[in-house]
Amino acid sequence: MKRVLHLMKKELLELRQDPRLFSIVILAPIIQLSVLGYAATTDVKDIPLAIVDADRSTASRQLVHRFEGSANFKIVAMPGSTSDIDSYLDSGKAWMVLSIPPDYGRKVGAGRPTTIQLVADGTDSNSTGVALGYAQALIGGYVQDLAAAAAPGQPVTGLVQPEIQVWFNPRLESRDFMIPGIVALLLLVITTNLSAMAIVREKETGTLEQLNVTPLARWELITGKLLPYAFIGIIDVVLVLIVAIYWFEVPMRGSIPLLFGMCLIYLLATLGLGLFVSTISQTQQQAMMTSIFFFLTPMIYLSGFIFPIENMPRWIQPFTYLIPLRYFLVIVRGIFQKGIGLEILWPQAVALFAWGLGMLTLATLRSSKRLG
Amino acid sequence: MRKTLAVASKELRQILRDQRSLLILLFVPAFFLLLYGYALNFDIRNVTLAVQDKDRSTKSRELVSSFVNSGYFSLVGYVDAPAELDRLVDLGRVRSILSIPAGFERDLSMRKPVTVQVIIDGDNANTASTVSGYARTLINEFSGAQMQLTSPGPASRPPVPVISVEPRIWYNPQLRSTLFLVPGLIAYISMITAVVSTALSVVREKERGTMEQVRMAPLSPLPYIIGKTMPYLVISFVSAILVILSAMLLFDLPMRGSWLLLCGAIGLFLIGAQAQGLLISTIAETQQVAFQVALLSSLLPTMILSGFIFPISSMPIVVQWITHIVPARYFLVALRSIVLKGADITAFWQEMVALAIFATVALGLASLRLSREWA
Repeated sequence: MKRVLHLMKKELLELRQDPRLFSIVILAPIIQLSVLGYAATTDVKDIPLAIVDADRSTASRQLVHRFEGSANFKIVAMPGSTSDIDSYLDSGKAWMVLSIPPDYGRKVGAGRPTTIQLVADGTDSNSTGVALGYAQALIGGYVQDLAAAAAPGQPVTGLVQPEIQVWFNPRLESRDFMIPGIVALLLLVITTNLSAMAIVREKETGTLEQLNVTPLARWELITGKLLPYAFIGIIDVVLVLIVAIYWFEVPMRGSIPLLFGMCLIYLLATLGLGLFVSTISQTQQQAMMTSIFFFLTPMIYLSGFIFPIENMPRWIQPFTYLIPLRYFLVIVRGIFQKGIGLEILWPQAVALFAWGLGMLTLATLRSSKRLG
Repeated sequence: MRKTLAVASKELRQILRDQRSLLILLFVPAFFLLLYGYALNFDIRNVTLAVQDKDRSTKSRELVSSFVNSGYFSLVGYVDAPAELDRLVDLGRVRSILSIPAGFERDLSMRKPVTVQVIIDGDNANTASTVSGYARTLINEFSGAQMQLTSPGPASRPPVPVISVEPRIWYNPQLRSTLFLVPGLIAYISMITAVVSTALSVVREKERGTMEQVRMAPLSPLPYIIGKTMPYLVISFVSAILVILSAMLLFDLPMRGSWLLLCGAIGLFLIGAQAQGLLISTIAETQQVAFQVALLSSLLPTMILSGFIFPISSMPIVVQWITHIVPARYFLVALRSIVLKGADITAFWQEMVALAIFATVALGLASLRLSREWA
């Protein structure tokens, strides 16, 4: 045990070589979470809209007012003719162009059918789909109001009424869903990278040989390397949870001690992964590339952080079970949003723990005293 | 110039010695695109559905089958007890519940309005709002069909103004999410490859002590830096072109604009990204710090702040300002304009200028930083 302590002390001394490391690993998660937490929203609002009003009647102005009043749209231009709309869409200044035909007011007044055109930029397919939905709902509401005004007393709604309830997140705040995800991602990126350098650095500077001639056992080497980073990781966990709960006020429906405990298990997995990468690389550059390309990026994209796993092709879905982030995301989101506990989350917790232990074992085995 | 080339050839020799890194830099990006291009999409299908049918009539079964046949929902099973419903949602076994009240068929035949309940798991707000849209549309369609069936005759309808909307979608008419995601993935992959390849280059020499030898050599910082970046620039450029070509082959990514402009945009973006890596490398004292800063400044910002996944116009205004220092933001606009819109330079010259400014500033800062250290 004393040997482990000595190794830890040496490790901390080495980390202090560049004192900026500490400020980076402490400050970066806070700053990143506060910026990214605001940015990562799938809510679509202030959609830049251009309107070509060829009619300029009272009726057409009423419709324009509807769009003006909506928080979902922001009118960026009112070009005079439809030939100008290319430049707005090409440059991305507007995402959508609404054109009202010249005979619009006359036809609406006479109760005759008329068509208005919506041209949308499809390059951002997701937001465009949402934006079109908003525009159609807005126009639909306007038509209903016109109908109600034309025939008072008549029911204008359908026979079967949908009553839609959204559980756990009734206001459909995407932030409540995204922030726990960003917490998980930040912890992964920072802690994995810390430990990914741990052993390969010694290889590169040639000091691993010196460690090898000491009576240090393999598990002692791994533990001594792991604990200082675990310490930094725990500080990070506390900081990001404080920002998520108290700054962003993400509703916390479950138990905080449970969440903290789960974060510790998660740290075991991320640090273990880093150490494993460190043992299979020869230089720090290799360690960096291996961890980014073969572990971090696949984990981020395939874990269900943004892209739901159910949408992936069937043959890819089984691979996502190899990703510890997948389990941790279910756990943090479950605890934050649904307030569920271990009685439901135990399979994920066990999988995460097993993953961490497996990685650490692999790292210990690989860190044999062989060189090269 | 000769000195620059000498540094470049030394760096190249070093790269060639580490074949694993070279192979990773060249081919993994294209492989990634393949994997993620297939794996990722926003098109939501087969949403798991549980049905609580308290009516068990022909009409209620008709409504259920309209949900199942739509392709959006896949039926997990029928449930009766409300406690069981809670459990299924908690466990994540179902994401939506359709609950049909008793007397559904009777009320319909009497033309009495009825309410059916749809419960949606809101933990993913984006999915939930799409699913609620599907459910609303399906129920409205069903409702319309029932109205027609039971309608006493068209004569009783009041004259209602009809305004139909004719939506037209440019550039990506089927709203394929692949066409939206692939340019974003290209930007992400290129950014990471470029930053990662240079972030350790200078600091490695510092850590090993070979920097002292370079300092003694009759070489000023700028040629040194350019020489260091050049080999990586070529590698990253080749890898970016490979990525784009495979996107065109495999995902039908169109090429509507000019190749020359595309290469220009890629070049500017890569120089900027590598300069960012170099700047980090000159500031850091250890490779560990360089690695950490490189990742934190490129990985998540490129994904979240560039408009790749989350639209910038929906972000709070302060965060919108911050996105201006993310080069991928400009590259993404240029890339989408060239490839999907076939626009010419007038549509995105501002983005190109911004990329050039970013590259110049980052390169300038890196060589300034180095000359201060060498002085």
